[in-house]
Amino acid sequence: MKLDILREKLAYQPLLLGAVALLASAALAAVSAATGPAIAAAEAKDLRDSLAEVLPRGLADNDFLKDTVDLEKDGKTITVYRARHGGEVRAALFKVAERGYAGEIQILMAVDMDGRTLGVRVLKHSETPGLGDKIELRKDDWVLAFDGKSLADPGPEKWAVKKDNGVFDQFAGATITPRAVVKAVKGGLDFFAARKQEITG
Amino acid sequence: MSENSKIFKDGLWEQNVVFAQMLALCPTMAVTTSGTNGLGMGLATTAVLVVSNMLVSLIRQTVSSQVRIPVFVVLIATLVTIVDLAMNAWVHELYKVLGLFIALIVVNCAILGRAEAFAVKNGILASAVDGIAMGLGFTGALTLIGLIREFLGAGTLFAQASQLLGPAFAFLEVQVPGYGGALLMILPPGAFAVLGFLLAGKRLLERRLAERAAARPSPATA
Repeated sequence: MKLDILREKLAYQPLLLGAVALLASAALAAVSAATGPAIAAAEAKDLRDSLAEVLPRGLADNDFLKDTVDLEKDGKTITVYRARHGGEVRAALFKVAERGYAGEIQILMAVDMDGRTLGVRVLKHSETPGLGDKIELRKDDWVLAFDGKSLADPGPEKWAVKKDNGVFDQFAGATITPRAVVKAVKGGLDFFAARKQEITG
Repeated sequence: MSENSKIFKDGLWEQNVVFAQMLALCPTMAVTTSGTNGLGMGLATTAVLVVSNMLVSLIRQTVSSQVRIPVFVVLIATLVTIVDLAMNAWVHELYKVLGLFIALIVVNCAILGRAEAFAVKNGILASAVDGIAMGLGFTGALTLIGLIREFLGAGTLFAQASQLLGPAFAFLEVQVPGYGGALLMILPPGAFAVLGFLLAGKRLLERRLAERAAARPSPATA
C-alpha cells in the first residue's frame, strides 16, 4: 500500500504533526467562538446571583453589575459594584482575599454607606473539609456573624477571633481559617473607609 | 466468549483501570472524597475515553508510529478542552459541580493508555466498546472508593447527588444519624488506605476463585 511507504518518510512526520496541530487549533477556535457568548452570560449570571446574596433584597433598583468602579489597592485592581436606590449609592460590593490555611480564601462582601457590613460570603477556598469549611454558609451559619458589624462596632482591636481576645468565634481545631476571614473582612471595611469618596463619586 | 463480552469483562474486572492496571491513580485519589464526586469524574472520563478511542482508531492508519504519542496527546487535550468549553456554556450548573474534574481528565493516563493499548490496533466499533467498558470500570471503582471514604469519613452516602444528577436522584442521599465521621478518611491518607484494602480484597477474591477452579477440574478439559 502506498500509504505504508509514505508513512515511513522523514518529511511525513513533521507534516503530520503540523496538520494535527492546525486541525486541533481550528477546532478549538471554532468551539471557543461558538461557546464564548454563552459562557460570558452564564458567568455574569453567577456573579449576579452571588452579589444578590450579600445584598438585602430591595436595597438596589439599578443594574449594579454594570455600575462599577475599578480601584487600585496594593497593585491589584478591585472592581467595586455600586448598588443604588433612586440614583443614590446605598451599598458597595467587592471581593477581598486573604491567605488561609491552604491557599487563598476569596470573599465577597457588601458594605452600606455607614461602613457596616450587609453580608459576607466565601466564594472560593481550599480549607480542610470538615474543619475549616465551616466558613461556607452551606455548612455553618458562622459567616452571618459579620452582618451589621462595622469598624466602630466592635472596636478595631476586637476584630479578631475569641482566642485573640476578639468577638468572633473560632472553630474547634481550626483557628487559622476564621482568623483569615476576619482579617479579610476588616481589610475590606478599611478599604471602604479609605476610598469612600472614590466609590460614591 | 464473544469479543464484546471479553472487552467488557476486561474493562470491569480483569483489566480494571484502577484495580488491575493501577493507572489514573492521581484523579482517583484526589476526587474520591464522596460517592457523587467519584461518579461525576467517572462519567466525564468515560465520555472523553469513548470519543478519544474512536478518533484514535479512525486515524490509526494515517499516524506513523514515530509521532503517534504527540498526536494522541494533542488529540486528547483538544477533546477535553472542547468538552470543558461546551459544558461551561450549555450545562453551566453541572459544570459548576464537575468543572474541576474536566480539566483533570487531560492528565488521566488511562486515556492515553487505552489509545496505545487498544484503539491503535482495533476498529472503531471495538474501540468504542472498549472505551465504554474501561470507562464504566473506572466509574465503578471511583464510585466505590468514594462511597467507602464518604461513609467512614462523613457518615453520608451520595451527598449532593441531586446537584449532579438532578432533583429526581435526591433519594440516593443517605445520612447516618449520630455519626460525625472520621475526618482522616476524607483526607488523602484515607484514599490510600481504602484503595489498599480494596486491592487486597480483589487479590484475595481472585485467589479463592482460582483455588476453587483448580480443585474442581472442568469437564471440558477432563
